[in-house]
Amino acid sequence: MESLRRIAVPVAAIAAFLAVWEALVRINGWPNYVMASPSDLPAAYAQFWELFLVGAWQTLWRTVAGLALAVVFGLLLGMIMGFSRVMRDALYPLLVGFNAIPKATLVPVLALLFIGQHDFNTVMMAFLISFFPIAVSVGIGLSTLEPEYRDILRSLGASRFTIFRKIALPKTLPEFFGALKVSVTLAFIGTNLVEIVSPHGRGLGALFLSGQTNSNYPLMFAVLIALAVLGIALYYAVVALERTFAGWAERQAT
Amino acid sequence: MDNLIEIRGVRHAYQTGAGPLPVLDGLDISVPKGEFCAVVGPSGCGKSTLTRLVAGLMKPDAGEVWLDGEKVTSPRKTVGMAFQNPVLLEWRSILDNVILPLEIVAPAMPRRDRVARAEALLEMVGLEGFEAKRPSELSGGMRQRASLCRAIVHKPDVLIMDEPFGALDNFTREDLWQTMRDLRAKEPFTAVLITHDLRESVFLGDQVVVLSGRPARTQHILNVDLPQDRTIDVLYTQKAADMLHTLRDQIKIAQGRAPEAA
Repeated sequence: MESLRRIAVPVAAIAAFLAVWEALVRINGWPNYVMASPSDLPAAYAQFWELFLVGAWQTLWRTVAGLALAVVFGLLLGMIMGFSRVMRDALYPLLVGFNAIPKATLVPVLALLFIGQHDFNTVMMAFLISFFPIAVSVGIGLSTLEPEYRDILRSLGASRFTIFRKIALPKTLPEFFGALKVSVTLAFIGTNLVEIVSPHGRGLGALFLSGQTNSNYPLMFAVLIALAVLGIALYYAVVALERTFAGWAERQAT
Repeated sequence: MDNLIEIRGVRHAYQTGAGPLPVLDGLDISVPKGEFCAVVGPSGCGKSTLTRLVAGLMKPDAGEVWLDGEKVTSPRKTVGMAFQNPVLLEWRSILDNVILPLEIVAPAMPRRDRVARAEALLEMVGLEGFEAKRPSELSGGMRQRASLCRAIVHKPDVLIMDEPFGALDNFTREDLWQTMRDLRAKEPFTAVLITHDLRESVFLGDQVVVLSGRPARTQHILNVDLPQDRTIDVLYTQKAADMLHTLRDQIKIAQGRAPEAA
């Protein structure tokens, strides 16, 4: 009953969303070059399913690769900022400044630095756009660790690394996963940005662009929905990881 | 020297933006092996600094701290600590929380022995049956009991407690005093207890050290000559009342106020 509810409620919400969308298009009498409706999409998927599969795979692996880089780099940076006040003071303005730069402006920079390395550029962009929340949340999680937590092990002569492994790292995991959920969606934006903006791009973004150049509006909307589905899938993959590694932080419903 | 803990002429100041802030100035405490030393004093007089000095987590500017005939210069495995906040690790079961110090102090000890030791302690404090629970499933008093078990699981020579019962309600607190008394009878350790509660200091202490206001020095030492196996009733005797009265007057002096006329 409970598991049925957990599936039925979100499915019903999605169905309702599609129904409202369909109704809006019909009531306003929009032609599909203004706004495609959900009923236009199956035809688009049927016609281009091979391109969708290839594009989705390209988008997915490059996003995940960028995200993996962001996790490694973000954790490292967060540890540096979490343990050293000086590094925190030094790095914060730089990081915030970098995060404030619209990432679209970096596309030509990357493209010129690594000419023709389309996969590499895309992964880099997914990485650059998504490491910030991870670094900040891990840094804050570590620097706000109550001193007593450290003292129970430090008073026994435990090394800094042991304290990090046994206490600081697990205690920061909930913050880390919270940030990772934000980073997942950001990484998608990064990947798609490069796919759409760069000429001869690959992935779903390039498919979107070709839909636009061919005035195939149902295709464009079909790409958007496919992106949304990928995003949801990746998000719930993170949720599953979180349940496994930081499930203790979840309060039981009472 | 037969004192397990020997604190001599300790002075310490923290460096702040507005210059050095002296917190300890002329601290002398001696605790014989197996004795229970309660430390009371006005708020913010440097009592927590004292616990960190004894634990070797920091070094005093001047003076010396000796444990078991050795000068303390760094943390040592023979110390156990408990705080007002039980600081249990939420991702571990109660049993695994209690075992934590053994993972550091006795890495070669088989898991089976660790579990047996932790279970024995948990039973002593009345937590049998809660081994597999998470800390969040326990009440504040139970969490503090688990925290005490963790502090002594590795059989430390010295147990340092910084207001461990401070956040509990009165009835739970008295229960824990009795638990503490029973633990002492079975697990020999020398204890330093920082507290704000004068009744607690008299019930648990063999001596009560009164610190002056900041910067703290040893202002008064009260020997509690009550039998070891005390019950809460002892607090309602004339003898205890006199001691509590003395302590109260000393605290007033420490706060810089005149003791009330008798």
